[in-house]
Amino acid sequence: MNILKLSWKYLSFKPLSTGLNMLLLALGLAIITVLLLIQDQFEKKMTQDAEGIDLVVGAKGSPLQIILSAVYHIDFPTGNIPMKEAMRLDQSRLVKSTIPLALGDNYLGYRIVGTNHDYLAMHEVDYQEGKAWELPFEVVLGAMVAEKTGMKVGETFTGSHGISEGSHDHEAHDYEIVGILEPKGTVVDRLVMTSIESVWLTHDEEEEEAHVEESDADHQKKFHSPVAKSGFPKTEQDRDVTALLVQYRSPMAAVQLPRMINSATSMQAASPTFEMSRLFELLGVGVTLLQGLAFVLIGISGLGIFIALYNSLKERKYDLAILRAIGASRFQLLLMVFLEGIILTVLGAVLGIILGHSFLSLLVSQNDQGVVSSLHPWVFLKQELWIVVYALLVGIVASLIPAWTAYQTSIAKQLTKA
Amino acid sequence: MLFKTKELSFAHPGRKILKFPDISLDASEALLVLGESGSGKTTLLNLLAGLLHPLTGSVILDGKELSQLSGSKLDLFRGKNIGIVFQKPHLLAPLSVKENLEMAHFLAKTSGQAIKSLLEELGIGSKLNAAIQTLSEGEAQRVSIARALVNSPKLILADEPTSSLDDHNTEKVIGLLKTQSRKIGAALIIVTHDQRVKNHISNFIEVKAS
Repeated sequence: MNILKLSWKYLSFKPLSTGLNMLLLALGLAIITVLLLIQDQFEKKMTQDAEGIDLVVGAKGSPLQIILSAVYHIDFPTGNIPMKEAMRLDQSRLVKSTIPLALGDNYLGYRIVGTNHDYLAMHEVDYQEGKAWELPFEVVLGAMVAEKTGMKVGETFTGSHGISEGSHDHEAHDYEIVGILEPKGTVVDRLVMTSIESVWLTHDEEEEEAHVEESDADHQKKFHSPVAKSGFPKTEQDRDVTALLVQYRSPMAAVQLPRMINSATSMQAASPTFEMSRLFELLGVGVTLLQGLAFVLIGISGLGIFIALYNSLKERKYDLAILRAIGASRFQLLLMVFLEGIILTVLGAVLGIILGHSFLSLLVSQNDQGVVSSLHPWVFLKQELWIVVYALLVGIVASLIPAWTAYQTSIAKQLTKA
Repeated sequence: MLFKTKELSFAHPGRKILKFPDISLDASEALLVLGESGSGKTTLLNLLAGLLHPLTGSVILDGKELSQLSGSKLDLFRGKNIGIVFQKPHLLAPLSVKENLEMAHFLAKTSGQAIKSLLEELGIGSKLNAAIQTLSEGEAQRVSIARALVNSPKLILADEPTSSLDDHNTEKVIGLLKTQSRKIGAALIIVTHDQRVKNHISNFIEVKAS
């Protein structure tokens, strides 16, 4: 026997009260754990996904929407921009490089992104299998898309119109998988990437079908000539793209370029860093609210632990006197009460952290495609150690008064009272 | 002389000073402290156990004066050398019978007597791992006696150990206290107003409220 074991025996002697207090504390700490995890991983992800993108240019509309749709591929695009205007922008002396994007289709909810090889290079992709596209209708799958759909290189599939699942299929032409990427933990994992030409041609087919029959030669030329690997696709026609990812040549561009685009063109410029910090500011209210709730829960559980210890000590005054009579010092009784509080809160903290991670993993397993699905629920952060320290503090503070009462107990008075 | 008191007195706040007769006992000797309720019997027992500090006088056990010890030293000395049997058993309910006795070992930092054979001698060997709530009143009292004996103390103090027991159990408990204290060579002091106990121990002093 020792004091630690004695404390544990007293705790387990009242499983309901102990369990309730532990659960209350664990819930508060679980909320904090989830918030910590999401905040940490989201911010990391958000910066990772936007790396190398200084500015996004899209059709007039909400700048936040442009960023969400063109960088993170979560929201709907604001519309299309004429490729001629985009090409003019590319020539600007303020611009180092641009990558055009053509969005608008999906396969089973995974977005099909028409772009060029620069996009792959920007995201520093590696190939699990195969290679990048060379011809129209050749696609490269992100690691998660390949894993979830189980498709392999060489297989074909039909895209659907719109960027979310369930719209009508483009039956005219199938995509062919030529490459599958290694998992990167970034947005490319959940994208289907192809050339801009593929996206155009898919939509052309639909319109033309009703009209004229193409000659075989035309068809051959259109569908089997290599696509542009860098820059804009070569075409005589007036074509549209959805957005343009821009990298600045100099810091000066950050000041001049957005203003110039917004005032002098029909397009809209949006900065990922600016828009994301605006978004986090908006979300901040909710996060603060949740944090507040968590702290209230922890406060209540601290109070609960205090009341439980205090009440159980009242019932145990005789036990305390007996312990003193058989040789326990005041300090040992003090230690016993503190240990009870500490055991309770440390168990609560561990339970809270496990609960938090389990909750996040449940959330992830419920979400197949969103941003949430790419979170890692079983990554442990250093800040979680602080949760344990924080819980310990709650335990110590809650045990202060009960421990002092135990320390003060007069043995003779207690023993003669009964 | 193993145990000796000299000119002990004590004052409860706002009441008259209590004066107690001197006691001196050798190893294996037994003594009854008789008196009406309210006469200060329990106060005397608390003084003998070092649970209260006397106003005047001294308590000397095995050459050590209790009032010279203080704080945790006194607690440890008490745990090692004085076994107390209370009016009610007052065992620690979350612990089993065995763990209650192990706690006494731990707090006194001794390994004392072997728990199992002690319980067997007291006739409750089968209750070794029993939960406290499952014990009968008589069994619980015997466990509390075992707790008082388990560190082989030099002095055993019993405060009305028989007040809630029937004749049969009274006889048994007093018999056990006598034989066990003799076996470990401890002085035994029983505080009681129970006339039945007198038949077993002839040596007595009386405490009177003056």
